[in-house]
Amino acid sequence: MKIALFGNPNTGKSSVFNLLTGLRQHIGNFAGITVEKKSGSFQIDNQQHQLIDFPGIYSIYPRSKDEEVVYKVVSNPKHPDFPDLAMIVVDASNLDRNLLLFTQIYDLKIPILLVLNMWDLTQKRGIKIDIEKLQSYFPSISIVTTNARIGLGKDRLTEALKNHQLIAGSNPIVEDFKLCDLDDKKKQEEETQFRYQFLKKVIAEIEIVEKTKTDTLSRKIDKILIHPIFGYLIFSIVLFVIFQFIFSFASIPMDFIDVQTTNFSNFVANQLSKGLLNDLICQGIIPGIGGVIIFVPQIALLFLFISILEESGYLSRVVFIMDRLMRPFGLNGKSIVPLISSVACAIPGVMATRTIADWKERLITILVAPLMSCSARIPVYTLLIALVIPKQTVLGIFNLQGIVLFGLYFLGLISALFIAIILNLLIKKKEKGFLLLELPSYKMPRWPNVGINVMEKVKIFVIDAGKIILSISIILWALATFGPSGKIENAEKYVRANPSFTQLSEEEQNQKVASAKLESSYIGIFGKAIEPAIRPLGYDWKIGISLITSFAAREVFVGSLATIYAVQDDSEENLRMIDRLKAEKNNKNEPIFTLASGVSLMIFYVFAMQCMATLAVVRRETNSWKWPLIQLAFMGFMAYFGALFAFTILS
Amino acid sequence: MKSNTLAKQVFGEKVQIKNILDSSFSNKLIELGFINGQTIEVVFSAPFGDPIAIELNGSVLSLRLEEAATIEVENTNSL
Repeated sequence: MKIALFGNPNTGKSSVFNLLTGLRQHIGNFAGITVEKKSGSFQIDNQQHQLIDFPGIYSIYPRSKDEEVVYKVVSNPKHPDFPDLAMIVVDASNLDRNLLLFTQIYDLKIPILLVLNMWDLTQKRGIKIDIEKLQSYFPSISIVTTNARIGLGKDRLTEALKNHQLIAGSNPIVEDFKLCDLDDKKKQEEETQFRYQFLKKVIAEIEIVEKTKTDTLSRKIDKILIHPIFGYLIFSIVLFVIFQFIFSFASIPMDFIDVQTTNFSNFVANQLSKGLLNDLICQGIIPGIGGVIIFVPQIALLFLFISILEESGYLSRVVFIMDRLMRPFGLNGKSIVPLISSVACAIPGVMATRTIADWKERLITILVAPLMSCSARIPVYTLLIALVIPKQTVLGIFNLQGIVLFGLYFLGLISALFIAIILNLLIKKKEKGFLLLELPSYKMPRWPNVGINVMEKVKIFVIDAGKIILSISIILWALATFGPSGKIENAEKYVRANPSFTQLSEEEQNQKVASAKLESSYIGIFGKAIEPAIRPLGYDWKIGISLITSFAAREVFVGSLATIYAVQDDSEENLRMIDRLKAEKNNKNEPIFTLASGVSLMIFYVFAMQCMATLAVVRRETNSWKWPLIQLAFMGFMAYFGALFAFTILS
Repeated sequence: MKSNTLAKQVFGEKVQIKNILDSSFSNKLIELGFINGQTIEVVFSAPFGDPIAIELNGSVLSLRLEEAATIEVENTNSL
């Protein structure tokens, strides 16, 4: 049986979904629509059932692109996802608003299982519901009460599903109900008002409110968390703790993954016979997969925190206090989480924009998020700062190198906000953005929900972004391995035969060979080809090669520079590498890494979209190549002209 | 009886919705339960006074002032 799960946001819909399907969940897309579809399966008496989770909605008439899917599915009985049965989860403590959706689906003659969730809370609030009377109004439906958050009611749900007759209601609320056109707002309003009037009458008969107890505890917590001073202070502390975890604790598994990938690749390289296939597997595929997995700890940790904050109800308060500050930038209170996440890594940041219902505000957030300086820029920044910024103390206490590093982060933030303002003016939209957000009462997070959510996010990243990251890694490998016929072999022979190199150690000779090979590969040729374009920025073709290879991921820049300048990237502090790079001269015998070219490179890395993984995720989240390409273009433009400006001023 | 919009209400005062002005989101407000005759109360606001939090039927919803300005209300005790 095909069962659709509907309900308002914050009704515990996902708890019901997790309760029934456990870990047998699958993420896909709705047929013909680019909205994520979460479905799961379960068995009752050897009968297989499919449960499809729809986005949380207040009405069939959508507020955002994501919500349109409900309208599209229920308005078309031939749609492959059209359900045999609708399971509608309602918050029993707030029947008015929750039953609106129910009456719409009821009038569409879809058989219904009504789940009165949060039964405990309802009773605690002193609300009694006469279920028999509710049943007498709608004889065709089944009614079940649950406390899905604490896992109560699964038996009652399966029992109801087993006995369900699949009959549609014969006493519609709106006679001969036809769904309004999506554009016909007036008619929708009339319909909604009519339904509410009907519901008021029904609820007056079935609901007895003994004592209206508002949630005083939540109100008291809000006094502190929304406070003009403490509110922002507490939010800053929460952020600080999250970053502490992401930066310090995620680095442990990340280093482990890094080392294991290298070990594994070396191990496989020794097992297989030498040759092209060996190289492809050990230098292309395994590092490519490693490059995907290395992001998993950060993504998992970040979403662990975000899920906890979301489940507890705190996240909606953050949105509430940040909305006014974000609005002048064309952003939304909900943009804050993605932007902050992007300081760790833009990938989870872009993924976290899904909570923003307004498409324009979400799109702007996605487009500017990669301008926030992510952790992959750190190795590049540290190397360049050590290269060209003197170790100096300014104004008595400040470390000049530290100030430059801070400046780079600050530049990222300012440019993100600035670009947001521009995009806000450029991107046209018919409707005004709106917030309309529910502030649910505070609850203890339910750990199974948190766990499932984290796993889901990691899975999406590994599978969807992974495919693209892996394929680009392989392409880059091929470009660095192959060159026009014979050139690479000649390069090796030439280096080995060079009398001035024969005194060098075996290791140093190998480095020279690797450098010469890279130079004559296709990537080397590209590097030389772009030299005229990057010379005004103060770069030579060797830096050009590193720019191209680091398109895969920014941190690759350091390794590429090491290979191309044939230096070892070994010691912790890159000390030897720095000395060698400092000594590097161009053909006019001027040093390559000067203050001007170094700062120019830093500016380039602040702005440039040098991360294919982010592009892959943006493509996934916007469902087209249009936006990632636009992003690549404007960030590239900023990088080029920012670097040009810096180089011209400083030299 | 003076009419007013929700954007100008003081905290803690119960008011009744008189009319929802037409806007690009008026249908959404109605769906959330902002219907004529409904009693609501502004319970608190974010720092800078915007957005505001409104209690409606036992749950708390947040509205930007811009949105609240489209909801005409009247004081219940002046009825």
